Amino acid sequence: MSSPQFREPLIEVKDLYVYFYTYAGVVKAIEDMTFTIYKGEKFCMVGETGCGKSVTSRALANIVPSPGRIVKGKVIYYRDGKPINILELSEEQLREIRGKEIAYIVQDPSSALDPLYTIGYQIVETMIDHYTVKDWKEGYKRAVELLREVLMPDPEQRIKNYPHELSGGQRQRAVISIGLSNMPRLLIADEPTSSLDVTVQAQLLELLRRLVREHGLTLFLITHDMGVVAEMCDRVAVLYAGNIVELAPVDEIFKNPKHPYTMGLLRAVPNPQADIEKLEPIPGTIPNLIYPPPGCRFHPRCPFARDVCKREKPPLVEVGPGHYVRCWLHAE
Amino acid sequence: MVEPLVHVEGLKKYFPAGGFLKKVWVKAVDGISFDILEGETLGLVGESGCGKTTTGRLILRLIKPTAGKVLFAGKDVTRLRGKELKAFRREANIVFQDPYTSLDPRQTVFNIIMEPLKTHGIQVDDPEGFVTKLLYEVGLNETHLYRYPHEFSGGQRQRIAIARILALRPKFIVLDEPTSALDVSVQAQILNMLKELQKKYGLTYLFISHNLGVVRYMSNRIAVMYLGKIVEIAPAKTLFENPLHPYTKALLASIPVPDPEAARAKPKIQITGEPPSPINPPPGCRFAPRCPYAKDLCRQKEPKLKEVEHNHFVACWLY
Repeated sequence: MSSPQFREPLIEVKDLYVYFYTYAGVVKAIEDMTFTIYKGEKFCMVGETGCGKSVTSRALANIVPSPGRIVKGKVIYYRDGKPINILELSEEQLREIRGKEIAYIVQDPSSALDPLYTIGYQIVETMIDHYTVKDWKEGYKRAVELLREVLMPDPEQRIKNYPHELSGGQRQRAVISIGLSNMPRLLIADEPTSSLDVTVQAQLLELLRRLVREHGLTLFLITHDMGVVAEMCDRVAVLYAGNIVELAPVDEIFKNPKHPYTMGLLRAVPNPQADIEKLEPIPGTIPNLIYPPPGCRFHPRCPFARDVCKREKPPLVEVGPGHYVRCWLHAE
Repeated sequence: MVEPLVHVEGLKKYFPAGGFLKKVWVKAVDGISFDILEGETLGLVGESGCGKTTTGRLILRLIKPTAGKVLFAGKDVTRLRGKELKAFRREANIVFQDPYTSLDPRQTVFNIIMEPLKTHGIQVDDPEGFVTKLLYEVGLNETHLYRYPHEFSGGQRQRIAIARILALRPKFIVLDEPTSALDVSVQAQILNMLKELQKKYGLTYLFISHNLGVVRYMSNRIAVMYLGKIVEIAPAKTLFENPLHPYTKALLASIPVPDPEAARAKPKIQITGEPPSPINPPPGCRFAPRCPYAKDLCRQKEPKLKEVEHNHFVACWLY
């Protein structure tokens, strides 16, 4: 729901371009990306492999991995009402924000934790670095509370464990506690449950929902699963080949999708609650972003493609309240 | 009554897991029985480590069972040797999950598809024409003949793997998470193709997956596994509309539904915790420690798979 309650912007991404300079050529990973995340909302980005969803989330904290580079654009972060451009901050200024005000939960909990330190140490370390606790003793106390909050069984014992002693679900709970340790304003979760089983995934999604509700966090969730989108989000941006093709409140996206790619995506996912006679796949495969198709990047796979689609890139236009589409079918 | 093509009875597989003085076993598959009818798709679902992949491999005798038997068209697969085993390998085959590791990177598509024919000493008059026909069958064409696997996307590689299997005209294929490495838009293409090939060649499938939406779309009947045991088997629609085992219910309630309204209305039967280790599975019913309905009996005695409605089997003391 795009309830008017979310009006105060927290992050504004404006006209962002991210390119990867590889040996094979320049990968145009993200082009012309503009969106706003409002305070207190659950904002989702959905798309397939290589569509640029993870890169976008990294650009928000200016941690795009090499050989990627932010070519142009702005990421405006509203800190106590004052806008600051994240991309213009020094490393030191950024460090005050990253991990404290903007926290990141990655997909693979095993590689996000250091195997040589106990999880207790790793949770406290984050708080010590940002001076949110006065010493290690207080830190460990807080770590137990945090683990209890994310429903880790037996937290007093778990803080003494090393990552390999925990199951995948428990590790992800530990990673979430690190993310929460400094009570960030924005929590970025990049496929936080994709490596987990569904029964564990359901528990963690419920946990994230509760944390947003109880602590007034803002959640930026990245996923490839339309099911997770439906369960988690207030607003969704659908990405295709480095562009936002549609952005709308979650009910609008599912009930009234406008972009042919969104429509295709919805029809291609087998819904476990329905008897489906035949799925309708989207023909073809995602394009190579070194040589992206001219015009609309979806046109080679689009059943409605016309001449203009092959020549010119469609603009993102508003077709309903808070509902934006990048498609020539709706541009005139 | 259709004869089962595959009949599995009391199948067990224990893997040794170290242990110094006392041997320790991982009970990956621990006494399962079911049939797969000719021409049907049996879906096998469960979470990681529940033994579904091991089951697929046992049926094809890629690994030897600890106990139990597998009958394929009446013959006990676990006892096959020599020529008979080779003949079985022609008739039953597998598509693996990861198309990036299941194709030899140094062979052309032509060689990859011809290799099983060579292994089985089958002559074809016009190899190029034969392979081209198979490529068309899986949605590729002759321009792909002499290319190497790295030139293809994941979906195309999976198509090549399927063409290689079709070359032998098999009866039975184990599909072990064939689309879980693929994007959803491509997944639908492969699933539809598998369905069409099944109809055309009268294939029988064992479809292994953790994705319940995919399993429902593909299967006639579905078996749910938990920690080495089958807890429920039923026709696909019945299983989704009237699940009986508490684990099946929890599993269905856990899947994110791609429909915001349905998602909000969905009953919240949450189970807590994670599956225990198959090294020391809990006594009695293996789901008892996580089950909201567990009674004393459940912790002591193991429930047997029982037919509670026509064609609907469940292993739970509630029934």
